Amino acid sequence: MNADAGTIAMPDTIDEALDAMAANPDLIPVAGATDLFVHWPEHLEAHERSYLDLSHLHELRGITFTEETITLGAGTSYWDVIRDPRFRDELPILVNAARTVGAVQIQTRGTWAGNIANASPAADGVPALMACDATVHLASAARGETTVPLADFYLGYKQMRREPDELITRITLPRRAYDFQYFEKVGARNAQTIAKVGVSMTHAAESGWRIAAASVAPVTLRCRNLEAQLDDEGRPASPDDFESALQADGVAPIDDIRSTAAYRSKVIACIIWHALA
Amino acid sequence: MSERNEGISRRSFVQTLGMGAAAGALQGHAEARLTGQDEGGTGIVGPGPRPITLRINGNDVRLTIEPATTLLDTLRVHAGMTGSKEICDRGSCGGCSVLVNGALTASCMMLACDAEGAEITTVEGLGTEEALDPVQEAFIRHDALQCGYCTPGLVVAARALLDATPRPSLDEIKQGLSGNICRCGTYTNIFNAVLEASGQAPVTDAEVNRG
Repeated sequence: MNADAGTIAMPDTIDEALDAMAANPDLIPVAGATDLFVHWPEHLEAHERSYLDLSHLHELRGITFTEETITLGAGTSYWDVIRDPRFRDELPILVNAARTVGAVQIQTRGTWAGNIANASPAADGVPALMACDATVHLASAARGETTVPLADFYLGYKQMRREPDELITRITLPRRAYDFQYFEKVGARNAQTIAKVGVSMTHAAESGWRIAAASVAPVTLRCRNLEAQLDDEGRPASPDDFESALQADGVAPIDDIRSTAAYRSKVIACIIWHALA
Repeated sequence: MSERNEGISRRSFVQTLGMGAAAGALQGHAEARLTGQDEGGTGIVGPGPRPITLRINGNDVRLTIEPATTLLDTLRVHAGMTGSKEICDRGSCGGCSVLVNGALTASCMMLACDAEGAEITTVEGLGTEEALDPVQEAFIRHDALQCGYCTPGLVVAARALLDATPRPSLDEIKQGLSGNICRCGTYTNIFNAVLEASGQAPVTDAEVNRG
């Protein structure tokens, strides 16, 4: 039983937040709350949960561009990126991903870091960040700061390299001269939908291909075998030629409420193949 | 409006009911724990009611609510402002749309206590009966509704769109209003209302459906 069930902690600084998390490992950190409110309990104590409300932490706000790195504070919303002309010019993949998350009402509240921590394999922001080689920065009161590449962040369904006392404080991306950026999400409609299949791709001379896929495995998947195939051989004659690389990458979709395994397997290969045309 | 000639209008009756419910809830919780923000430490709120002040349509409104209360329930039940509609209550329909510091927000997906200190604009804050917002006038002129339940949310979403993009394209209008669902399917009239409110020519059903 969580001793603080039914409470919401509202820290004003990151240090206060980390102290609260150290004191109570059951605290659930919440930023925009757009996933949480789909099943928001009317009476908190009935759910025996306690939340850490991050929405007042000004230290988590802000986007900075330096010569080498772009930093998104963990409080950065999808809307913050959509409105920032620097992303339109340099990383339209993130703007395109952000515009598919729910609709404007969700984009103004939902955060990129929350998308990472919610760990849904159907996330829209996560594959786009993964295709940009994002690094997750975490902090805890006990151990200070650590970093984990987003591509290595997930261990299994909703399992991630975040300890209960750790808070995501920011996300960093290397600045690159991408010559190719691509985001695609297949859903039942264009807005207010969750991905049946999602694909994010980038290419730069220095980094080669980066491909991340959503809704085809228990986690958002970086497709390293497919990247290597494209780096070595380029676009094949048929989308079927991606099959062995995608299997080796762990693409193993399931039938669920949104789609079928057969559809997802077929469509992910076709999306990537057509994107390269 | 005919409402004004009645002894008690439907709207003021609902408002009175809302205030009464809030007062009742308060008395019931008189003995409950009440913790506010501590000086210099992490404020822990709930369970138990908590006083808050919201800035709604330019007025400071003092209320006492459970910290788990959404902004939508706070507006409708506690502040007696029923313009924002509760339809899906899970961020899918747009009926509860309000502006929070100018940003279009689903008020069912935000805690009222997170809106403290923000400028909240509800549909009641857009225009008056004597001087409607141009979006409201255009909705009336284009008959941009059938049952009307989604209309307050759509008017707020359209206002947010036009504040950011004074002359939106049809695609931008579709994108800006994509979080608002009209089950009666009056989209063409809605889009035309927004086009007119931004000084642009109307479109046909065929143009709307082209993509």
